[in-house]
Amino acid sequence: MEKKDSRYAMEDSNLWYETYASDQTQHSSEALSSDSDKKFKLIGKHIKRIDGKKIVTGKAPFTQDIKLKGMLIGKILRSPHAKAEVLSIKLDVAKSLSGVKAAILMIRGNIQYAGQMVAAVAAVDEKTADKALELIKVEYKPMPFVVIEEKAREEGSPQVHDKRPNVEQRRGYSRGDVEAGFGKADVVIERTYKTAVEIHQTAETHVSIAKWQGERLTIWDSTQAIHSVRDQLAEVLQIPASRIKVIKQYMGGGFGSKLGLNEQTVAASMLAKETNRPVKVMLTRKANSLCVGNRPSTFQTYKGGVKKDGTITALSLLSHTSGGIRGGDRSSEPMIDVHKCENAKVEDYNIYMNTGPSKPTRAPGLVQGTFGLEGFIEELANEIGMDPLEFRKKNYTTKNRGGTGIPYSSKGLDKAYEIGAKQIGWHKRNKVPGEGKGRIRRGIGMAAGIWWGAGSPGTLADVKLHPDGSVEAVCGTQDIGCGTRTHMAIVTAETLGLEPKDITVKLGNSDYPWAPLSGGSLTTPSVAPALRDAALKAAEHLKGMAASKLKVSASSIVCENFTFQEKGNPKNATPFKEVLGDLSHEIVFHGERKGLPEGYAYNTFGAHFAEVEVDTMTGMIKVIKVVAVHDSGRIINKLTAESQVIGGITQGLSTALFEQRIMDNETGRMVNPNLRDYKIATSMDIPEIVPLFVDSVDPRINILGTKGLGEPPRIPASAVIANSVYNAIGIHIREIPMTPDKVLQALKEKEVAR
Amino acid sequence: MNKGKMKKGKTNTFTRRDFLKGFGSGTLGVAITPKLLAQKAESIQTKAGEVPVYAKKQIKFTVNSKAYTKVVEPQETLLDVLRDKLSLTGAKKTCDRGECGGCTVLLDGNPIYSCMYLAIRADGTNIKTIEGMAKEGKLHPLQQAYIDKDAYQCGFCTPGFIMASEALLKKKSNPDLGEIKKGLSGNLCRCGNYTKIYQAVDQAAKAGRS
Repeated sequence: MEKKDSRYAMEDSNLWYETYASDQTQHSSEALSSDSDKKFKLIGKHIKRIDGKKIVTGKAPFTQDIKLKGMLIGKILRSPHAKAEVLSIKLDVAKSLSGVKAAILMIRGNIQYAGQMVAAVAAVDEKTADKALELIKVEYKPMPFVVIEEKAREEGSPQVHDKRPNVEQRRGYSRGDVEAGFGKADVVIERTYKTAVEIHQTAETHVSIAKWQGERLTIWDSTQAIHSVRDQLAEVLQIPASRIKVIKQYMGGGFGSKLGLNEQTVAASMLAKETNRPVKVMLTRKANSLCVGNRPSTFQTYKGGVKKDGTITALSLLSHTSGGIRGGDRSSEPMIDVHKCENAKVEDYNIYMNTGPSKPTRAPGLVQGTFGLEGFIEELANEIGMDPLEFRKKNYTTKNRGGTGIPYSSKGLDKAYEIGAKQIGWHKRNKVPGEGKGRIRRGIGMAAGIWWGAGSPGTLADVKLHPDGSVEAVCGTQDIGCGTRTHMAIVTAETLGLEPKDITVKLGNSDYPWAPLSGGSLTTPSVAPALRDAALKAAEHLKGMAASKLKVSASSIVCENFTFQEKGNPKNATPFKEVLGDLSHEIVFHGERKGLPEGYAYNTFGAHFAEVEVDTMTGMIKVIKVVAVHDSGRIINKLTAESQVIGGITQGLSTALFEQRIMDNETGRMVNPNLRDYKIATSMDIPEIVPLFVDSVDPRINILGTKGLGEPPRIPASAVIANSVYNAIGIHIREIPMTPDKVLQALKEKEVAR
Repeated sequence: MNKGKMKKGKTNTFTRRDFLKGFGSGTLGVAITPKLLAQKAESIQTKAGEVPVYAKKQIKFTVNSKAYTKVVEPQETLLDVLRDKLSLTGAKKTCDRGECGGCTVLLDGNPIYSCMYLAIRADGTNIKTIEGMAKEGKLHPLQQAYIDKDAYQCGFCTPGFIMASEALLKKKSNPDLGEIKKGLSGNLCRCGNYTKIYQAVDQAAKAGRS
């Protein structure tokens, strides 16, 4: 499993997910639908978080808040140059400063982007560490660089990697015969869509604390992936993984940027080793904007053929993407899978440039690809004068690969279309895009989305019972804000007839049973079934113990209301605590999230509908309402699920309207590495949001029928706004963020063309 | 966007604080730092020349109804003093330059970005942080409302939001949605759970009136 966890570092930042998904089908298959029609008391209800009190009182220990005895403050020196040879580094003066305990080199080879780590120091306080950084003398020999995609693509532009061209072909895709498909079409159009580089901008900047005790290393890390950090750190430091423990209790946002080992963890570990004291390294907002990842930009050219009756005959995509010095995102997934189409082809290229390396960003590739594809779908529908919802229904498929692959285990997208259209008032939309009059134009649009999210077979979890009647749920997963602690308590309590608050949940420690990183919508469909498995085993054992007390067979006992009772005869009952009291010592039950039956595709789906207003005078877009309908199988906790959907929509709106990294061609630096100039959606931008779920349970995905929900609400959330703007003004803004200048420019062009 | 981000008492501190705090970077720092730090760095030459050095100062202030006397350095922010010297880590260091509201506390009843407020200025003031909101183990109605409505995800910005909410409700006990949005516009929630936060403030406002 370690191998899989480290895949975040692969060139395609989103390839990891698909490789993971296809691997899952190779696991053993067994009937897993035993719980699929169960009526639950807790699962699927609105349950408040069990750790809410800690959060609202400021007591939740985020890594930033942890202070160890004798702890030093570590700081990182970064390159001001986008590309340079490091001729010399002098650490002596810095080391001689009183209060400085260590200064070490952190660079091998040349500088590849502005902000790259060069050296690190540890000192008694922040002020001294900052001072020490200034006393490090680095001699750079600046080299030609390129930080703009269009320039990197030009012939003769400075080469970013020694052994790779700046434009490098990636794995493509092909099925059927697209040329033949275009030949059969009544209409063939081609359109290009662009998306900007986006920065995660997590609330808590990346921070790690390292503490050595002899040969053992403990890391407190703001991470989404305790096991990955452990394994990757072991590789970097060349020590056994068994000697490293990674702890993460609370983390201030990750969105993919904290999916594995980050540089500050390595720096903290090395500085702590050197000084023999605990060291904390916390990145600044600026460093967090430059060095910990980003969502790659994309340039997507779609060509599509359609018959007058709405049949899509062929789709092709030529994609360019830039993840800086690392590879970009694959934006082709929506086109390959979502709508029925026999003939499809993808050509895909990386553009390398001297900017910070990409990392998965909530729904990597799919946010960009859905903006492109779903925008193109609207334009295709408009070409043949068809309602875009009817167009999507016409091309609906229950098999993957556009209807040419294997059946989806479950797909509730059709229901999502139905519910969402009704909720938004689809009939109120402009029948012809832009037909409204006046300065303020209203429009209604939609977009569909697909994601994986089946979870990781092999996930382990324990239920531990104590003779005093207390119960633990233990799993080496992490709660990154989705409410995983509460999910674990809900599943365990549901199974044992208790309340969530009765369960002591333990997570966020790499010494606990293995669970995957918290990314890719993996957590709930991995952890919840594993815990359910463990709790069912515990319940079975306890029923056996209760059977002799109740003088009935174990099979006729149920766990309910803190008791074990005879089914249909609740008076014949014994308290839960009393049964546990008969244990001579603690007892542990191991649960596992089993494999996925072969022959099916396991995906999540969602459809968003939005209403917007466009001010044709100022170019400002105001989102009025968003309705999101998701098929993520059985929802474990409606309350936290709604929050997750609302968050995905807010972030998607932010991507659609505001977010872009701006690079300076002259200096090679990012000009907006802060929260003032890097615009994100704020309180004033939030529309009415209606989060809804298709009431479905996947029949075979796992014993709870639950699928992931982390990525899905983020996926159609930007596309839906662009499509609504199209309906409002009759012009498709094919570039996000749709800033007012772009809207005004598009309106002007339309005026000129008239 | 980002309208109304600057709140009362926040604008006039930037230049001064930026100057003082900035002495970790730039040639200026080389000139003043040897006086505050150890002497080994004295041999470092600088073009900046002499710059007046502000002395440490003893301040007296009240935090969550408890009186403190602390010696602070001139460049230290109130946020640093709360977190490092008083171990009150509820207020967070998020942007460290007055852009996000993660460090919001109440100073004499007004919401401030404590990362932009020099500690020496807090002398004689009365400060309330998230740790002072619950009384004798009983949650403040706002805290309860944030739990009830699930008005958080990662929870990192929550202390700042609750303090901003408290300031809003103190000023306006019956805010409509537009007023809630405006009142919280100085705070950023990257997980994007604003919708639930509005609901929580609304619930707390109603609880306060009943």
